[in-house]
Amino acid sequence: MLSRASQVRVLASVARTTPRAPRTAARQSDARSDAASLSLSYTKALFSTSRSSHLFPLTYLSHSPVFLDKVASPDSSGVIPAFRLLDGQGHVLPEVPEEWKKQLEEVPEETWVKLYKSMMFLPALDTILASSQRQGRISFYMTSYGEEGVVVGSAAAWSPTDEVFAQYREVGVLVWRDYPLSDLMAQVFSTVSDKASKGRQMPVHYGSPAHHFHTISSPLGTQIPQAAGAAYSLKLSPERKGDCVICYMGEGATSEGDFHAGFNMASVLGGPVVFFVRNNGFAISTPAAQQYKGDGIAARGPGYGIETVRVDGNDPLAVYLASKEARRRAVEGQKPVLVEAMSYRVGHHSTSDDSSAYRSTDDVSSIKKLDSPLFRLRSYLEARNLWSSELEEATKVEQRKSILRAYAGADKEKKPAWEEMFGGVYGDREDGGLERHLKEQKMEVKRLIGKWGESDMWKKDLERHDGGIEAVKKW
Amino acid sequence: MIASTSSRTFTRSLLGCSSCASPRRTLLPPLPHLAISSTRLAIGGPHQSRSSSSSGPAGMPTVATSSLLSTTREAALHTHGLRWRDDESIHPPTKDPDGNIVPGSVPTFVEPSAEDLISVDQGGRETKKMNLYQAVRDAMAITLSKDSSSVVFGEDVNFGGVFRCTMGLADEFGSERVFNTPLTEQGIAGFGIGLATMGKTAVAEIQFADYIFPAFDQIVNEAAKYRFRSGDQYNVGSLTFRSPCMAVGHGGLYHSQSPEAYFLQAAGLKVVIPRSPIQAKGLLLSAIRDPNPVIFFEPKILYRSCVEQVPVSDYQLPLSSAEILQEGSDLTIISYGPPLYTIEGALHLLANPSEDIQSLVPRDLRGLKVELIDLRTIMPYDIETVVNSVNKTGRCIVVHEAGKMGGVGSELAAEIQQRCFLKLEAPVQRVTGWDTPFGMIYEKMYLPDQVRVLDSIIETMRY
Repeated sequence: MLSRASQVRVLASVARTTPRAPRTAARQSDARSDAASLSLSYTKALFSTSRSSHLFPLTYLSHSPVFLDKVASPDSSGVIPAFRLLDGQGHVLPEVPEEWKKQLEEVPEETWVKLYKSMMFLPALDTILASSQRQGRISFYMTSYGEEGVVVGSAAAWSPTDEVFAQYREVGVLVWRDYPLSDLMAQVFSTVSDKASKGRQMPVHYGSPAHHFHTISSPLGTQIPQAAGAAYSLKLSPERKGDCVICYMGEGATSEGDFHAGFNMASVLGGPVVFFVRNNGFAISTPAAQQYKGDGIAARGPGYGIETVRVDGNDPLAVYLASKEARRRAVEGQKPVLVEAMSYRVGHHSTSDDSSAYRSTDDVSSIKKLDSPLFRLRSYLEARNLWSSELEEATKVEQRKSILRAYAGADKEKKPAWEEMFGGVYGDREDGGLERHLKEQKMEVKRLIGKWGESDMWKKDLERHDGGIEAVKKW
Repeated sequence: MIASTSSRTFTRSLLGCSSCASPRRTLLPPLPHLAISSTRLAIGGPHQSRSSSSSGPAGMPTVATSSLLSTTREAALHTHGLRWRDDESIHPPTKDPDGNIVPGSVPTFVEPSAEDLISVDQGGRETKKMNLYQAVRDAMAITLSKDSSSVVFGEDVNFGGVFRCTMGLADEFGSERVFNTPLTEQGIAGFGIGLATMGKTAVAEIQFADYIFPAFDQIVNEAAKYRFRSGDQYNVGSLTFRSPCMAVGHGGLYHSQSPEAYFLQAAGLKVVIPRSPIQAKGLLLSAIRDPNPVIFFEPKILYRSCVEQVPVSDYQLPLSSAEILQEGSDLTIISYGPPLYTIEGALHLLANPSEDIQSLVPRDLRGLKVELIDLRTIMPYDIETVVNSVNKTGRCIVVHEAGKMGGVGSELAAEIQQRCFLKLEAPVQRVTGWDTPFGMIYEKMYLPDQVRVLDSIIETMRY
């Protein structure tokens, strides 16, 4: 800490200099060199660096007020540019610097192919499960249409042991991590094999410690400060050195107080975490324009002292490389980094939503046609002779088959035993049993089922579960 | 100390159950039962004439003079339900993939024995005079030193905390393990959940219970449901919230609240409230080590005023277990936290009414045998102890500072009505705060004081 006297000296010397010139110049030249290392004009990314010393709240003095309404960016447009490598047709843009072209080539070919196959898998899965919801076989579903590049492109950049805290539209991460399709179906169908929630949570609320994927919960934004805590835990754990926490959220969730809490805590307390915002333009019916007035979410990062990059979410290559770089910075700096991926939610919010009530279907179909992450990556792969129409067809058939096989398996399975309704509320007592009141209530269920179980009101429902009425009688 | 420890270890190995899960006794004969362990309030007894240090008729016990407190080493070492925790690790037992408990991973609890009472020089257990904040600090210091994965955090905890509960901990254990957070309760709660789900022992402080509500979503929707919703794959059992609660004399709306009942419906959560330093240390250590998220509310009025001899060793007191502070056959009074001392005062008034109230206190009630119960754990609470008592006495009063409607008293009254219906000879009374916000200068009439408790006793007995 500076003494009071030296603080005054510093203040005075800062005050003597022209108010903004030196610092602004330094910031801009740094930002320029950062940006230059990433891309030029059309394809730009900005990793800003916080360098305030916090000796005292004022970092410089001015003799007249300075009002800001925009985030400073290298081209002074006031808008943070999105990092992009591919054009809408999947061609590498001519302006992309050699360095990035080289990086693209250094990525193993099988990574790109796996990325594309995993992206393909999502619409295949979504189409089947969304229609099964329509048939009443499952109660609820949420598709990933339009965000395949955002989710799988980023998933490919993480290490397999990175801890993922997701919102709910990130099943692509599990697909990338080879989460068994049978487990996925078991969760969606709430079968006796549902390890992720034992039939306790709605469909798409996946979770798997084996895949370092923390169980999804419906309340929005709650995972953000949790991810900050998990990152701090990694910082304290030498045995997890090199691992990172990844926290996904939509742009709507960033309006929650937990966003502010989580970003600020992660920034102040440190620990490796990549906050990954899927900005798909809509939170259910609310367009982003009614969600915030600033320059998206990326503009908020520097305010928390968090390095930030914005990326074109429909460009899986850019998402992959930017995410990889973000992760590298988070781990090396043991600090948070923010990635905002711009995309478009092509599907409805969920199976309980008809998005034509608040946006035109023409808009959706034109975006689907003009800017598809799948199409972009496929063209790129075909240009590099890594993909073909034959492979496309064969993969489609194979994926559909495996999904339908898992689907049929799950559809036939029983629901979890009724016992699971009371399990897991509390950890086991020392005697291995349930808490007193739950034991009593469980016995009350046993009594009721013993008395009314065979009635038409209950029988069918009871028998759908593993062990049925007989299992309950043995409690 | 060393001699004693090794002799205890020797006893354990003789018994061949160093990894045995169940509590057990040593081979030594049990101690003669001390009077304090079951009947602490000798109403009207000679020692009750100690002078009171605050308002109220002369001789009326206060927190400073309460007979509920253990002021001697002997009494402290024989705290009811106390079990020593002499092993080095505090982690819960580990389970193999089949769900069986791995032998050797079970915590070793030791029942208090005669050898604890021998002098400290000869290896007996040491006790130290502590107030409540010192006892809380002691519990955290033990946690931090035994459990390398534990961290303590919250607003202003680094310099020692606004109530001094974390004094010196940052110096002793490092600022990476005892640290300040930004001023955000929802953030603190979420951050703690993140730590706990990664296997860290997280002790989070919410500066006042009044400010726990911004964290309500994280606590109720997230922490409480974490294990259940993930099919037992993830849990935040190693998370504990500590928070100062209840009235303090001049706290007004936002430094006085008792929010425990708000959490009654949050299945998966535990809520614990201690009444004294010995209780605070033992219950807090149990809360931190319990495989569930626990909210530990610390009555802030007791932080400095409540002083006991507290065992220095690591020990625990059981959760979900009420304690009978005084046995009786005529009336059951149930409470938790500071109102227990108010009730003690009311019972003194009942036995020795001062001149001005003698006409209001029926003579035949002066020898009333009251059973006083400290609930200790609010959720899941110990209904058995309560029901056994009410079935014996036939009458019951519940006392708490929080408002009446939807309070803990409502829950208890409903359960007692259902379980003791045929034995009840009077309606279950609730003596509580009123259903208003906590108005600052109205505290005297807002809180259930000695007079209101006394009146409730008379009304219940006269029903």
